[in-house]
Amino acid sequence: MTTRREFIRNTAVTTAAAAAGMSLPGGAANIVTEGDLTALKWDKAPCRFCGTGCGVNVAVKGGRVVATHGDVHAEVNRGINCIKGYFLSKIMYGSDRLTKPLLRKTNGVYAKEGDFVEVEWDEAFDVMAAQFKRVLKNKGGDGIGMFGSGQWTIFEGYAANKLMKAGFRSNHIDPNARHCMASAVMGFMRTFGMDEPMGCYDDFEQADAFVLWGSNMAEMHPILWTRVTDRRLTNPNVKVAVLSTFEHRSFELADIPIVFKPQTDLVILNYIANHIIKSGKVNKDFVDKHTSFKQGNDDIGYGLRPEHPLEVKAKNAKDANGGKVIDFDQFAAFVAPYTLEKTVEMTGVEAGWLQKLAELYADPKIKVTSFWTMGFNQHTRGVWANNMVYNLHLLTGKIATPGNSPFSLTGQPSACGTAREVGTFSHRLPADMLVANPEHRKHAEEIWKIPHGIIKEKPGYHAVEQNRALKDGKLNAYWVQVNNNMQAAANLREEGWPGYRNPDNFIVVSDAYPTVTAQAADLVLPAAMWVEKEGAYGNAERRTQFWHQLVSAPAQARSDLWQLMEFSKRFTTDECWPEDILAANPGFKGKTLYDVLFRNGNVDKFPVADIEKGYANDESHHFGFYVQKGLFEEYAAFGRGHGHDLAPFDDYHRTRGLRWPVVNGKETRWRYREGADPYVKAGTGYQFYGNKDNRAVIWALPYEPPAESPDKEYDMWLVTGRVLEHWHSGSMTMRVPELYRSFPTAVIFMNPDDAKARGLKRGDDVRVVSRRGEMRTRVETRGRNRMPPGVVFVPWFDAGQLINKVTLDATDPISKQTDFKKCAVKVLGA
Amino acid sequence: MRNKPLWIAVGMTVGLMALIFFAGWLFGRMVGKHERATEPRTAAAAPAVPAESAIGRTGARQLDALRRGVPVDQEAAPLPMARVENVDRKRERAYPMQPPTIPHAIDGYQVDKNSNRCMLCHARANAEKFQAPPVSVTHYMDRDDQFLASISSRRYFCNQCHVVQTDAPVLVANNFEDIDRVLAAAEAKGSP
Repeated sequence: MTTRREFIRNTAVTTAAAAAGMSLPGGAANIVTEGDLTALKWDKAPCRFCGTGCGVNVAVKGGRVVATHGDVHAEVNRGINCIKGYFLSKIMYGSDRLTKPLLRKTNGVYAKEGDFVEVEWDEAFDVMAAQFKRVLKNKGGDGIGMFGSGQWTIFEGYAANKLMKAGFRSNHIDPNARHCMASAVMGFMRTFGMDEPMGCYDDFEQADAFVLWGSNMAEMHPILWTRVTDRRLTNPNVKVAVLSTFEHRSFELADIPIVFKPQTDLVILNYIANHIIKSGKVNKDFVDKHTSFKQGNDDIGYGLRPEHPLEVKAKNAKDANGGKVIDFDQFAAFVAPYTLEKTVEMTGVEAGWLQKLAELYADPKIKVTSFWTMGFNQHTRGVWANNMVYNLHLLTGKIATPGNSPFSLTGQPSACGTAREVGTFSHRLPADMLVANPEHRKHAEEIWKIPHGIIKEKPGYHAVEQNRALKDGKLNAYWVQVNNNMQAAANLREEGWPGYRNPDNFIVVSDAYPTVTAQAADLVLPAAMWVEKEGAYGNAERRTQFWHQLVSAPAQARSDLWQLMEFSKRFTTDECWPEDILAANPGFKGKTLYDVLFRNGNVDKFPVADIEKGYANDESHHFGFYVQKGLFEEYAAFGRGHGHDLAPFDDYHRTRGLRWPVVNGKETRWRYREGADPYVKAGTGYQFYGNKDNRAVIWALPYEPPAESPDKEYDMWLVTGRVLEHWHSGSMTMRVPELYRSFPTAVIFMNPDDAKARGLKRGDDVRVVSRRGEMRTRVETRGRNRMPPGVVFVPWFDAGQLINKVTLDATDPISKQTDFKKCAVKVLGA
Repeated sequence: MRNKPLWIAVGMTVGLMALIFFAGWLFGRMVGKHERATEPRTAAAAPAVPAESAIGRTGARQLDALRRGVPVDQEAAPLPMARVENVDRKRERAYPMQPPTIPHAIDGYQVDKNSNRCMLCHARANAEKFQAPPVSVTHYMDRDDQFLASISSRRYFCNQCHVVQTDAPVLVANNFEDIDRVLAAAEAKGSP
């Protein structure tokens, strides 16, 4: 231990020596100034976390990320990050990074109930291929499934989609974005015939009013919230309305705070439509020229297993997406019963707030931006809610102009870029195309240079169905990449866990960290993450952003892209494709899936020499061609000229992202409006060209009750969600000490009177029990959320407290997205 | 330079703290060679977690340290509620741009569109009175890098970047190395 006196003496000696130009043994100067040493290599990358898509500058030294900060040149965030973004530098360095494949073994061979043992990649893929081939032989591609992610890079999602839909001929591939964005997607498709927002973040600096419908932006999209806050506080005339089933941090900025009874957001939406009509504020010119009206099927069920009594009883469970054409008068009559009085009664909200909210939409002088995330999307009538908020913007013509913007926010960094645009859903192909459409299949087969008839017509199992199919033994070989579904998917005890642990099934999980999903697997593959590979994400405002590989992955960790492509070498077309197609196309016989999918003249078109100087690219050097560029350019062929135009590959490495469609080198900020969108013809004003008649659809849809409501025994509403400090299941953020220690464990947020009535106080150990399972946590009656009586909130980031043992696997019947916001529970002292 | 003695004292204190930290790190490294399991601190109720590799835990057949050895299909008593550290001591930052964590409790602080309790002490004008560090210069810049008379409203909600720290024992260590350690390692190897 150096004493203070010694320290002062040493410092003095060092200073003197430095002044005399001497160097002392031990390198004693206390500050390094030498240019070569202090210079950091800075590069750009989008943030690894939410769908905001903030730009980050990443500093690398000695092969390690040593610092990150907000990119001042990034339009999205202009130099700031949220607390998670500021700690990106640490997410790759959790001490338990997976660095070798882990296989369950007993006595040296694979066994479902064996213990995890480290194995080499060769053995891992040998066992995995043998298992996949066993299933292929018995069931064909139909026995194989994949669960991917809105955190896949665009290249990875695209390669996975090809491997599954064309290689294995299985449409049972779905992204975790099904839990997150599926209702938004179907909302867009039903209203506009085309996915993703028409506006962009530039709307935030133009709006006069913001309405948050089931979105806690202050915690979940903090950087977008800084832009809303900036607009609101610098312009006192601007109003912010916040709607939720409990009071959270976004209420700190609310001028119009509204806490409504769960599910009654549907009532408020129809009340506002009714108010707009009754007060004569319909923009008749816009409605006449640019909209049409439909009435949707009602009584559509709750996406439970088909034999569930609620499904049997539902009249339109089999045609949830259907509807009939109506006119304006019929629509007006449909919403007429949603009066102010009825709305007050059903929602529990004061009339004054409702009127103020309705006026934000009705008043033609107010430019209004609506936001929503999981409050709308994770809703058994989530697609309806999406359609109904578009109704308000369409009735008033407040759309696709700066500040007038119905804006669906996204939760994952590439929910838009990968899950949606690449079409990794079980029913989709790239650029909004569908597997059920023969023209679309044919087009995809042509771009992929594979024989006609390879892509199957029937949509595959969606996320919730996949867990059911695993349990029922219909899916037997299953690959999970970049997600933690054992912690996310509802009803772990009855569906997820029995599905993964079903002895008939072989489960593979690729991840950077040993998650609870990895625990449920038979084979765990170590994954490279974020800047350990070259990547591309697409954010919520259609902005596609690229980054270079900046550091190497630890030990034997490999990117998901490497894993997908390398695994494809172990299968031949003869094992995966039907004989008649191969007989008609003999050129494809005896080829590996790697040959036909990735050495097809498109994907292997660009040499490794094309990689920008000074950057590593492990996959490209391994395979011998610029993998990411080839995949991207083949993928871009789907959208160019069809309203989804992407710029040339290299442009994205030079810019801070571009918002598609990118036509003649120019990005598009507002779609569907003449002058802003190159696809809209002169003289039309607006064209909603996703629909053949160029009109957006205003949908007449009713209120319907949730799948499960509190009763005498299960007497409280359970809402689940997230917190600012952690991202999703916490597999990255719980391994960053500063983030972990800021919010270390999940708690149950509860109204103090509810706690008292149960003999509970803050900090008590409790059981949260539903009809499906229970978990243990501690009571929180203070802090950031204020719960109304009868409603509790539990975040799901904590692997130590799995709230998805309690949640209900009811989904929106149209989007198949789970409602994680509503089920009935009781809270008991432990 | 009226405050020269003060500056020297502050400089020495900072230097001393750094040295103590370095000594502690060296000591910890020596200890760590024998007993890696003590770092990080583990919860009292949890089994010792060898944090270096996931495979190290398969003795208990449980991979995810965040579950503290409890199988996925079982439930265990939750960890005790952690307490917020309220000692008003500055903590080391991992890199210069890291927003400092809050070294005190903020229970009941009102930060909303009407009032900002944090700025009562951390505003430029109040720093002397309360001896709280004033918010950095970046906080006065708007989206276009123009300096404002008061803090920028895009920085208004402090909690978006600054968070408290509790006394919860870390379940998984983090091997991030700050720039000083990376430079020291490079120097030890003899190549910058």
